[in-house]
Amino acid sequence: MSLVLKKVGEVQKMLNEKDKVFQNLHGFQEPFLEGALKRGSWSNTKEILSKDQNDIIELVKSSQLRGRGGAGFSTGLKWSFMPKNTGKQHYLVVNADESEPGTCKDREIIRNDPHTLVEGCLIASYAIQATKCYIYIRGEYHYEYVQLEKAIEEAYERGFIGKNACGSGFDFDLYVHRGAGAYICGEETALLESLEGKKGQPRLKPPFPAGVGLYGMPTTINNVESIAVVPTILRRGPDWFKSIGAENNTGTKIFCISGNVNKPCTIEEEMGIPLKELVEKHCDGVEGGWDNLKAIVPGGSSTPMLPKNICESVLMNFDDLKANGSGLGTAGVIVVNKNNDIAEVIERFAHFYKHESCGQCTPCREGTGWMHRMMQRLVRGEISPEQIELLENVTKQVEGHTICALGDAAAWPIQGLIKNFKSELMSKYNKKLKAS
Amino acid sequence: MSGNHPGLSNNFSRSGEKFSWSKDNLRSIKNIISKYPKGREQSAVMPLLYLAQEQNNNWISIECIETIAETLNMPKIRVTEVASFYSMYNTRPVGENLVQICRTSPCWLRGSNKITKTICKETKCEINDTSDDNKFTVVEVECLGACSNGPMIQINNDFFEDLDEESTKKIIDNIKEGKPNVIGSQKGRRSSENA
Repeated sequence: MSLVLKKVGEVQKMLNEKDKVFQNLHGFQEPFLEGALKRGSWSNTKEILSKDQNDIIELVKSSQLRGRGGAGFSTGLKWSFMPKNTGKQHYLVVNADESEPGTCKDREIIRNDPHTLVEGCLIASYAIQATKCYIYIRGEYHYEYVQLEKAIEEAYERGFIGKNACGSGFDFDLYVHRGAGAYICGEETALLESLEGKKGQPRLKPPFPAGVGLYGMPTTINNVESIAVVPTILRRGPDWFKSIGAENNTGTKIFCISGNVNKPCTIEEEMGIPLKELVEKHCDGVEGGWDNLKAIVPGGSSTPMLPKNICESVLMNFDDLKANGSGLGTAGVIVVNKNNDIAEVIERFAHFYKHESCGQCTPCREGTGWMHRMMQRLVRGEISPEQIELLENVTKQVEGHTICALGDAAAWPIQGLIKNFKSELMSKYNKKLKAS
Repeated sequence: MSGNHPGLSNNFSRSGEKFSWSKDNLRSIKNIISKYPKGREQSAVMPLLYLAQEQNNNWISIECIETIAETLNMPKIRVTEVASFYSMYNTRPVGENLVQICRTSPCWLRGSNKITKTICKETKCEINDTSDDNKFTVVEVECLGACSNGPMIQINNDFFEDLDEESTKKIIDNIKEGKPNVIGSQKGRRSSENA
């Protein structure tokens, strides 16, 4: 292959407008079929569906697309785990239960460019031999649900999906299922439980969903963004996708920036854009200036925060963030400036995880409550240096000792806080001590 | 936590009136069940809870649960379990407008506390309370997924974003006066563009 990929860490250029996958991310154009056709959706879907299923999986694999839901696992590789020609009903399930604090990217795709998702569902389902696909959308996104249902109806009417989808000979049905306000249903096996009409409590793995998934059948679960970029990757080729970003961190990515910036926004950029550039260029900087920056949570509430000195130079991709002790997660960037108490930011996350723990595993059910109570005392300056150590110790007892990653997700933000701001937490205690 | 949150209480109660599906809903139910494989009708329990809640003034009574269990041929306890697990099913009556205020960090960093204060003052409701005229129920909730548009609230199905005290008061006033509200950003920006 002649294409030379950039190494992680090389400085990137700004993303060209024409390289954006989501041309209507902010809804300035018509969101439905008329607009989608102009944007290139559905233009040669039949041709794509004439390819061999394995070839499609190989193309997606070679684009080095990594799942956009948080874990960053290779999408093509995930598809290749699906058994072939089993004679069983295979399912594609799309995870649109976007609930990670700081994350609001799938919402923009669904309400402003829903056909990218609908077309992606068809192509991905074809690749994994699934004739049925469910999109599980979080219950609070009522308006987005209505938009999506309308787009699906349009696609059925035009024969793009349904029997003999796009004239390809492939029969495909697409359904939407609404969640009802449970963060845990974003965990893939909890989502399957919920879809089966039960409480959303994660399953033990193995067996993995590719073997035993929805209704006991082979199932692949993908994030909205991962699925919605697939049609464009196949249309423009894996080499185009790889030409953006760096090796193994390819393509474009939607970033959601919230918190203390002058202009919070959701924006599609090149994977690996420097964090500082993202904040300065697209969000008009930190409230009170860059020097007023305290810390940034780079990838949704579960990723550990980064102190200012790392924010100066870190790149927003999977590997560079990992190397700096955090993660890309869902790319929900939460900026905290010095006007706010960093401990309270994390206390609120702790409250969130306590609220959302499904109650199945003891370390998480009891641990999230305990950690939250400690965090409340920590905010008030009521816990001593020894107790801070105890808190850190308990987070490590929760981490890795639960069926799903919610326990880990609850532990990491607290660990990040103690790691980066220990002396500040201690001076809080000393101040309180003096005052009393 | 918040045992008084209408969606997170395990104290189900009876409304005292029989709950039977409306004609429209009977048609919808048929359609909903057809989305799932034969023998997997249980999958329809969440959509049916939504339908029942809509028909029953925005809350789920024991009678609703009994009717759903009968429709889907499920044990009542399984329906109850689902209704109590998910926070969007209100297990006690709520006011005409269910006001949910996002309290999670991204909204808090942009002043959700002030929004909560304004709403409590304007609706004359404490958190988890319903106003005397039954117009409002006010609750604090976890992240609603509109972080780039914080602080934000949800009233029934509608999101109101980019709030400040003034625009929040206006929204509540409009509801009181029966005037329509503009949903989405209250600063006039398109979705979450950088403007």
